Amino acid sequence: MQLLLFLILGPLITAFFMLLVRSERERDWIVKLSALGIGAVTALLLLTLFDKGLLYYAFAAESTGLLMFFIEMAIAFFILYLGIKYKNYLVVSLILLQSALMLYLEVVYSPAIDVKYTLFIDQFSIIMALIIGIIGGLICVYALGYMRDFHRHNKDIPDRRNIFFFFMFAFLSAMFGLVFSNNLLWVYFFWEITTLCSFLLIGYTKTGEATRNAFTALWMNLLGGVAFALALLYLAIQPAPIMGLNEILASGKAVVLVPVVLIGFAGLTKAAQLPFSSWLVGAMVAPTPVSALLHSSTMVKAGVYILVRLAPVFQATFSGYVLAFIGALTFLIASGIAISQSNAKRVLAYSTIANLGLIVACAGIGTYEAIWAAILLIIFHAISKSLLFLAVGTVEHQIESRDIEDMNGLIMRMPKVAAMMVIGIAGMFLAPFGMLISKWAAIQAFIDAPFGFIFVIILAFGSALTLFFWAKWLGRLLVVTPARENLETRIDLNIWIALISLAGLTAITCFIFPVISGTLIEPFLLQNYGNFARLSQDNIIIMIMMLFLIVLLPLSILLPRRKHRQLKPYMGGMTTNADMSYTGAINIKREMKLSNYYLNSWFGEVKLRRIGIYLCTVLIGIMFIMAVYAGVIA
Amino acid sequence: MISLIGIAVFILLAPVIGGLIAGVDRRISARMQGRVGPPVLQPFYDVGKLFEKEITVANETQRFYAFSYFVFMIFTGALFFSGGNILLVIFALTLAQIFLVLGAYSAYSPYSHVGAERELIQIMAYEPMVILTAVGFYVVTKSFDVATIALFDQPLVLFLPGIFAGFIYILTIKLRKSPFDISTSHHAHQEIVKGVTTEFSGPTLGIIEVTHWYETVFLLGFVYLFFAFSPIIGIIAVILVYLLELVIDNASARVKWQFVMKSSWAIAAIVSVVNLAALYYLRMV
Amino acid sequence: MSYLSRSPWILHYDATSCNGCDIEVLACLTPMYDVERFGIINTGNPKHADIFLLTGSVNEQNREVVRNLYDQMPNPKVVVAIGICATSGGVFRECYNVAGGIDKIIPVDVYVPGCAARPESIIDGIVMALGILERKRTEMISGDKGVQPELQQGGKAQ
Repeated sequence: MQLLLFLILGPLITAFFMLLVRSERERDWIVKLSALGIGAVTALLLLTLFDKGLLYYAFAAESTGLLMFFIEMAIAFFILYLGIKYKNYLVVSLILLQSALMLYLEVVYSPAIDVKYTLFIDQFSIIMALIIGIIGGLICVYALGYMRDFHRHNKDIPDRRNIFFFFMFAFLSAMFGLVFSNNLLWVYFFWEITTLCSFLLIGYTKTGEATRNAFTALWMNLLGGVAFALALLYLAIQPAPIMGLNEILASGKAVVLVPVVLIGFAGLTKAAQLPFSSWLVGAMVAPTPVSALLHSSTMVKAGVYILVRLAPVFQATFSGYVLAFIGALTFLIASGIAISQSNAKRVLAYSTIANLGLIVACAGIGTYEAIWAAILLIIFHAISKSLLFLAVGTVEHQIESRDIEDMNGLIMRMPKVAAMMVIGIAGMFLAPFGMLISKWAAIQAFIDAPFGFIFVIILAFGSALTLFFWAKWLGRLLVVTPARENLETRIDLNIWIALISLAGLTAITCFIFPVISGTLIEPFLLQNYGNFARLSQDNIIIMIMMLFLIVLLPLSILLPRRKHRQLKPYMGGMTTNADMSYTGAINIKREMKLSNYYLNSWFGEVKLRRIGIYLCTVLIGIMFIMAVYAGVIA
Repeated sequence: MISLIGIAVFILLAPVIGGLIAGVDRRISARMQGRVGPPVLQPFYDVGKLFEKEITVANETQRFYAFSYFVFMIFTGALFFSGGNILLVIFALTLAQIFLVLGAYSAYSPYSHVGAERELIQIMAYEPMVILTAVGFYVVTKSFDVATIALFDQPLVLFLPGIFAGFIYILTIKLRKSPFDISTSHHAHQEIVKGVTTEFSGPTLGIIEVTHWYETVFLLGFVYLFFAFSPIIGIIAVILVYLLELVIDNASARVKWQFVMKSSWAIAAIVSVVNLAALYYLRMV
Repeated sequence: MSYLSRSPWILHYDATSCNGCDIEVLACLTPMYDVERFGIINTGNPKHADIFLLTGSVNEQNREVVRNLYDQMPNPKVVVAIGICATSGGVFRECYNVAGGIDKIIPVDVYVPGCAARPESIIDGIVMALGILERKRTEMISGDKGVQPELQQGGKAQ
């Protein structure tokens, strides 16, 4: 239990230190040491608890509960103040509604609520803790170098790095709390903290756009918060109140279906599923470490975490299938939109939404195979996506653009960063890397589930779309342009540490994923579902062979080779200069320029998103109606 | 499960068979056009010639991509003919194909670049149908292993007529036949010069040609699975399917990529939904 | 005999021809003459081609293009000048804006005269070029393993 408390409180203490630091050097050291500490403790957590299974801890419920309630109210007042100050009355009304619900719950029902165990840990929590601790820590280290450059590049934005790092670490603390809490009231508390942290981090630059997008994120997440609060109230007014995660999973489906669907709705808002996708895309205005944190290890992962936790309730219910269908549609539509985007961060954002959709689909189906796929997706997505974000952020500061077209021939200008980006992209869609293993698992899971063929068909089309936008980005990076100046010399050491560690992790997890699956995921599945899925021995061997081939083949470039002649590209016979310019008609000098297809008329953002919002809103309505029907009426 | 004989036979025989198929293909196409046509061994002469030429490259990385394309195509086929997991086979095929695309991208050339983009569109067009074919096999035989699927004792095509038709449709794309040869083409056809292979020359192009032979054999193996209950019928069916593709090739003009994409997706969606839904319904009844 | 002469792929370029010879070159590919019998394919891409077929007298606009296409062909390669314009400039020889024959720009191996050259003589020229192609290959293997003097010049010109 000490480890758990350390992970929750440690980042919080660091966060307060961040407010106090005076010099950059101090901050550097404190952040690095804390990141190392958090990483080491999560590793220790893994080593000591991986074979212990499910453990519950009874930790001072009442006093802490009261403290949490007061903090919640303080946060509510703060949000209320900001809402009024910026005249955003949607936010004001939502926070008032939510606070009223929680106040009512606390005053009227809280004496009757008795949750024996407040904290718990099992293998899934360990996996989440590893993701939060290691990846989150690396992102914080990266942020040191990035934010220094950021303020050098953007002189007009006030330097509030103390606040920035405060919220980064507070975020990590809240995430740890979220994945270790058994008491739903605690889960809710940490849930609200992540909402607040993300709101303030997105609005960090205080520009008009940032403020607007921060408020979008806020109201969408508050909507989820209201649903969560309703769920808590529903559970509290039962004759025998149920407030522990374990009790929910243990009780019959019909009783808890309505609150679970409400919490599932909160999960959908947090995981930025359609129709709530726009907050995550809008969050791209924030500095890159924030995006990386939101996308890989925190925030959106909190949404899918809670869905995967509650998956046994969804399993084989109509509401569960509708939830899965929302996820699958989001996967398809977000992948399509990603094709039409040329802004690297927006592509990454839509790809995140798409992959979360896949996880939601798995959680909605809720069979042991689907959960296996979902957890694999969470792991591999977190690693590859954080690597990609950090690489894009690094490139952005060197070439002053985050447009994929401007990354043309990046391999010639920033070979090492480009190579890491290639690893990250390959990790997202190519065999034998992580995400593909997960998609494979998802196909297997869907096809064995009832009505599964519909999901398989959506998955087949969706993954064809992902292939297109990743491959064209990959191609753009690997274009061999005429030699240009190397831009890598100016990159900060902290940035290198984070990038190299994450690239290493991407590769290593592919090699050791059978071990991860065997020691952590399979016991978890066995405990919760009485059955587990895994890849057969043969297939693992084949995958590892492929990995070796992929690792070894690039070395062939280094081998001595037969004499050869280098030819300029064929330009219809036109003679070109060294920089690929040529003299065109009437002696005008032109430069050859190549750019990718974006197929805007087919995959345009506005059009597809509108379709997605309509469809998914209707589906959410159906989900609620069916839950009420199955849980209350029937 | 993994039969080494299957792998060895594929690696040694596939280029021979694939080359002969390409030769017969050119000969029959010529006859359909009222010409005499080249000798059946012509594809071998072509590749032999390419290996006799000087090595010229557009950049230093290009040969690596071509070689990786070759290696992973063999890997794909070997995995298939040794009875491995069919989904893994499809993923390996995609990987191989991506290497070809990257090779085309790496040459900073307009024709090769347009070819690469179109090749990606092609992959996007056929990929769902290929996965859904594997899914169809699974729904009927309860296994993703090629070995088990091949030993299924009833004709799969009777369970999966829609999926079979859909697969034949995208096979035209995969074999780079008209009307779908939008990214590069065979024989003397030209489109955007030579699309993805524009910047490959000499021995590097030779490697790509041999890879195409491997691919052809692998794809026909996929067709065979539909008829695997009886080897003789299977082989006859494969030959008929290939002849059908030849007729389509010679009887149609190249279409725009928009049509390739739309029609492949529409067909894949319709046939898979109808066919799989029917199978589920029959099982429930 | 190596594979080279069994699979000669051609590149055809019109360097200011009146199209008469071009039509005849393409006629060779039709069912009537069907040069694919000999494995000949019209590639349209210098990087795939072995034989460079040129028609026309070459003017100032396409001088560099002819040179560029020639440089982009991998060795061994041969050049066939088709029609009297390509051979010597023909009636345009004295014009102010023409080079007057392909061999003013790049080395020519076979000259096929005629206005327009007949398909039979074009095929005849190509077959003659095959012999030269073989010879060049032998030289390439025995000599400097590939790089010919005029090519090095071409390389510098880039």
